[in-house]
Amino acid sequence: MTTDLRPGRNGPPTASPAPAPPGPRPTWRARLARLDVKGAPYAFISPFYLVFLVFGAFPLVYTLWVSLHDWELASGTREFVGLDNYDYLLSDADFWHATVNTLGIFVLSTGPQLVLALLIANTLNRRMRLPTMFRIGMVAPLVTSTAAVAIVFTQMFDKDWGMINWAIGLVGIDPIHWSSSRGWSWAAIAMMVDWRWTGYNALIYLAAMQAIPKDLYEAAAIDGASRLRQFWQITVPMLRPTIIFTVIISTIGGLQLFTEPVLFSVGTPNKMDGGPMHQFQTITMYMYDNAFGHDRYGYGATVAWALFVMIIVFSLINFLAVRRTGGTK
Amino acid sequence: MTTLLAGPGGRDRGGRRAAAHPGRYRGLWNASPLTYLTLVVALALSIFPIYWMIIVATRTNSVVADVPPPLLPGGHGGDNVGRLFDNPEAYFAKGLLNSAIASAAVTVSTVFFASLAGFAFAKLRFRGKNGLLLTIIATMMIPVQMGIIPLYMIMVKLGWQNHLQAVIVPFLVTGFGVFMMRQYADQAVPDELIEAARVDGCTTFGIYWRVVLPALRPAAGVLGLFTFMQTWNEFMWPLAVLSPDNPTVQLSINNLANAYFKDYTLMFAGTSVAILPLLVVFIVFGRQIIGGIMEGAVKA
Repeated sequence: MTTDLRPGRNGPPTASPAPAPPGPRPTWRARLARLDVKGAPYAFISPFYLVFLVFGAFPLVYTLWVSLHDWELASGTREFVGLDNYDYLLSDADFWHATVNTLGIFVLSTGPQLVLALLIANTLNRRMRLPTMFRIGMVAPLVTSTAAVAIVFTQMFDKDWGMINWAIGLVGIDPIHWSSSRGWSWAAIAMMVDWRWTGYNALIYLAAMQAIPKDLYEAAAIDGASRLRQFWQITVPMLRPTIIFTVIISTIGGLQLFTEPVLFSVGTPNKMDGGPMHQFQTITMYMYDNAFGHDRYGYGATVAWALFVMIIVFSLINFLAVRRTGGTK
Repeated sequence: MTTLLAGPGGRDRGGRRAAAHPGRYRGLWNASPLTYLTLVVALALSIFPIYWMIIVATRTNSVVADVPPPLLPGGHGGDNVGRLFDNPEAYFAKGLLNSAIASAAVTVSTVFFASLAGFAFAKLRFRGKNGLLLTIIATMMIPVQMGIIPLYMIMVKLGWQNHLQAVIVPFLVTGFGVFMMRQYADQAVPDELIEAARVDGCTTFGIYWRVVLPALRPAAGVLGLFTFMQTWNEFMWPLAVLSPDNPTVQLSINNLANAYFKDYTLMFAGTSVAILPLLVVFIVFGRQIIGGIMEGAVKA
C-alpha cells in the first residue's frame, strides 16, 4: 500500500509489487492516489501562476507593446508608431526634469536613511533594558498609511503654520518655503521617506548584526580596537550582503516614489504636477499624469518602461558599487 | 542612584568597569546613558508625527495658529470625526467599508494560496520545481506598478473599472507570500509527519489542511498582517482604477485633502481613522511584526 502511494517509484503501473488481493477497487483507488500525488503539487502552485501571468507578467510585457503605439482610451485612437515614443522620450525635457527630481529625492533620502539605520541598529544591538519596546517603537512609522502620514507631514512642512518652520524659528532660522523651492521640496519629501523606512532598515541590520559571531569582537577588543573601529572594520564588512539588499530595496522603492509627493501637492490644481513648476514631480507621477490624466497611454507606457530599465540599471550599479567599496577594505 | 540602577544584574557597574578598562569585552555590549538618550530621541521622532496627528484631530482649527503648538489632545475628537462622516465629498464610510472588504479578501486569499504553494515547494516532489521556484523569486523583483497601464486596460476590458474586485483580484496571491511560506514550511513541518499522514490515507490536500496549515500558523499570521497592512495602505492603483465616489479609505482622505486642504482638524480626523486599524494591529501584534521583518531579513 505504502509503496503504491510513493511518487516516482520506478516505472509502469503494472509493476506494482503489492499483491493486491481485492480486485478492481484498490486499483481505482491507487490510480486516484497516484493522480493526487502527481497532480496536487501543480494544482497547489497554479493559483499563483495564474494570477501572476494575467495581472503581473502580461501587463509588464504588454506595456512594451502599448509603448509602441499612440494609444488613447477615451478617444479610441490606437495607432502603431514604432519607436516614436522612445524618440520623443529622449528629448522630452519634462521627463528628464522628473528624472532629476526622482534621483534627487532618492539620493537625499536613501543615504541618510541607511546610515542612520546602521547607527540605530548598532545602538539597539547593545544589551539594554526594554529592548522590545525600543524595537517596536522603531517600526511604528512603517505600520501607518503612507497617504495619511504624507498629509500630516505636509501640514508640518507648511510655510506659515507648519511646526517645522516654527521649530527652526526657535533657533533663529528664517521660515523655509518648503514646497516651492526645488531643493527644499526634495528635502521635505526625503524626510517623509526617511521617517517611514529608517526603523525598518535598522531592524534588518539588527537581525544581521546578531548573526555576527561575538568572538570576532572579543578578539578585536583584546587587540585594543575601539568601539568605533570595531564598527567600521567588523560590523560594516560583515553586513555587506544585507547592505546590498537594503540598497536595492530602497532603490526600487525610491525610484517609484509616488504617494508622498502627490499628497505634498495639496491644494495645487493638478496634483500629478508636483507643484506649479513641477519642482517635485517624480517619474511615476509623470507616467500617471500622461496615461490617466491626459489619455496618452502609449507614452505613459514608454515612461513606465524607461523607469523599469532605470530600476534594473540602478540596482545593478548599486550592487556593484557596494560590493566594490566593501572589497577595497 | 547607583543602587537603583545596579539592581538588575549590576549591568550599570559592568558598563562603568568597561569604560575604565576598554579592553574588556563584556562592557562593550552594555548600553550607556548616551545609548539610551539616542534611542529615546529616535523613538520620539518615530512616534511624534502620529501623536501630532491625534492632537490635531481632537482640537479645533485654531490649533495650527497656536504658539507654541499644544502637546495634549483636546476634547473635539468626536465633533471632528462626526464632521468627517457627514462630509458629502469624502465618502468616508464607503471608503472604510471598501478598504475593509478588500483588505480582508486579499489577506485570506493570499495566506491560503501562498501557504498551499509554499507547502508544495517545500515538501512535495514534482518535475520542474527548482525552475518554478526561481521564477517566483524573480517575480518578487517586478513592481506591480510597472504594468499599471495594461492592468488598467484589462480592467476596462473586464468592465471592472470602479468595481471593488479591481483592487482585489490582481493581488490574490503574491510571489513574496509563496516564497515566505516555503521558507517556513521547509523547517516547520517534519517530513515524517507528512509521510505518516499519507500512510494513513490522507489526500495531499488533506495533509495540507490537517497537518501543514496548523504548523504554518505563525508564519501565516505574519504574512496575513503584512498583506492586510499593504492592501489597506495601497494608494496608486485604487486612485487609478476607482472613482472618487467609490473610494478606499486612502482615497477618502485624498478627497478631503483636495477639497479641504486648510481644514486641518477634518483632514487629521480622517487620517487618524484611516490608520486606526493599522495602529490596533501594531499595538496587538508589534512583536510578530518585528519578528517577521527580522526573520525575512536574515533569510533574504
